[in-house]
Amino acid sequence: MNYLASVGSYAIMIREVFKKPTKWRIMKSLIYKEIDELIFSSLGIIIFISFFIGAVVAIQTALNLTNPLIPRNLIGFATRQSVILEFAPTFVSIIMAGKVGSYITSSIGTMRVTEQIDALEVMGVNSLNYLVFPKIIAMLFYPFAIAISMYVGIFGGWMAGVFGGFLTSEDFVTGLQSDFVPFHITYAFVKTLIFAFVIATIPSFHGFYMKGGALEVGKASTTSFVWTSVVIIILNYILTQLLLG
Amino acid sequence: MIDVQDIHKSFGEAHILKGISTTFEKGKTNLIIGQSGSGKTVFLKCLLGLFEPEEGSIAYDGKLYSEHTDDEKRDLRQEMGMVFQGSALFDSMTVEGNVMFPLEMFTKQSKSEMKERVDAVLKRVNLIDAHHKFPSEISGGMQKRVAIARAIVMNPKYLFCDEPNSGLDPKTAILIDDLIKEITEEYDITTVINTHDMNSVMQIGEKIIFLKDGLLEWEGTKNEIFKTDNEAVTNFVYSSDLFKKVRQMYIQEQN
Repeated sequence: MNYLASVGSYAIMIREVFKKPTKWRIMKSLIYKEIDELIFSSLGIIIFISFFIGAVVAIQTALNLTNPLIPRNLIGFATRQSVILEFAPTFVSIIMAGKVGSYITSSIGTMRVTEQIDALEVMGVNSLNYLVFPKIIAMLFYPFAIAISMYVGIFGGWMAGVFGGFLTSEDFVTGLQSDFVPFHITYAFVKTLIFAFVIATIPSFHGFYMKGGALEVGKASTTSFVWTSVVIIILNYILTQLLLG
Repeated sequence: MIDVQDIHKSFGEAHILKGISTTFEKGKTNLIIGQSGSGKTVFLKCLLGLFEPEEGSIAYDGKLYSEHTDDEKRDLRQEMGMVFQGSALFDSMTVEGNVMFPLEMFTKQSKSEMKERVDAVLKRVNLIDAHHKFPSEISGGMQKRVAIARAIVMNPKYLFCDEPNSGLDPKTAILIDDLIKEITEEYDITTVINTHDMNSVMQIGEKIIFLKDGLLEWEGTKNEIFKTDNEAVTNFVYSSDLFKKVRQMYIQEQN
């Protein structure tokens, strides 16, 4: 019953976010700030993780190719498919749910605890629009981060495969280009956009409606990470079934 | 003027406000006192429009809050200034940014006009060199003054303060009390203060209401509070030996 009430509150929150907009002059600067906080400041960790996961995928594939009849260029193919279809859009989104999500929950939760949200409301500001809308818009740039993740992940696979002596550069590129389905890119970016919305809004919901003090801010961050991850995993299944099934 | 008639507010099973009626006059400092859990904060939040009472009415300068359209409610909010217990300054903004915030949000003033207004109100609250400091870099007393400056920057008709002295040393608390009283008279606004501080009651309480268990138990002026024989009020106000002695001296003087 509580879960159902939370879903209802979340839906009401989303409606409120798009009502009574803040002045564009102010909103513009808030959006720039959020792009910096949510996207640019996450690029380092995205690039780092993508590189090594791509490398590990290539090594794992190479080590499992024991049959001499299977061409080595499969390593390039497997790296591309894993990175584009799942690793970059889904795995990175789970990481972002932790990094960006906990930042969103704790920053909004702290504003709640210190009555800054009440101060906005008293002034007549639509606090949900002021706080959450810029985050949603900033997360529209998330697909660019995922595009970088895809590129770096595949590059990591190439580095590990070629310099680890598992295959030649030509084999890797041949595998990379074989059986390429352009719709897989569309599928990956549709998922990314939906996950971006989830990463911006579920942590905001947990921060905005939290009750209590500093300890509860920490608890709300943990809860928001768990729920954002759960929703991403479920949506990943549903979207895969709908778009590729 | 704010006229409150028989307001009730509940949260689930808990009936917090059980029918409060009173009037807060313009140009006066009105104080709400009472023990923790008496309903003071809920009452203040009802006055601010943050909570909507289930029964009763609140009228601002003769117009019922319930009769305001959404746009009128928004306009009314802009006529209210609020000083929160913990100041509630925006951490990410400087002192100047905090005070300028309502002007940026709700006026079409140019940057220089806004800056001029911010300078004037910061000067009014005796903060001259703190424009570019962040809230974390200034003292609690200075934060309260910034909060007061932010509350008055839009020339409000109503000023609400929730425990404006909490966490301040006695000297700074008196300065804040005096500042609120001066601003109330200077701007001719209706000020409502929620407080536990009996020094404030004696210093600036032009009208005092005492809440007990969600009901208005007593109302009067600071002079009347010395003479009242309401047991609940005397137990609350004169719980310290110091105030007991002050009361005895006052009664002896009067006799």
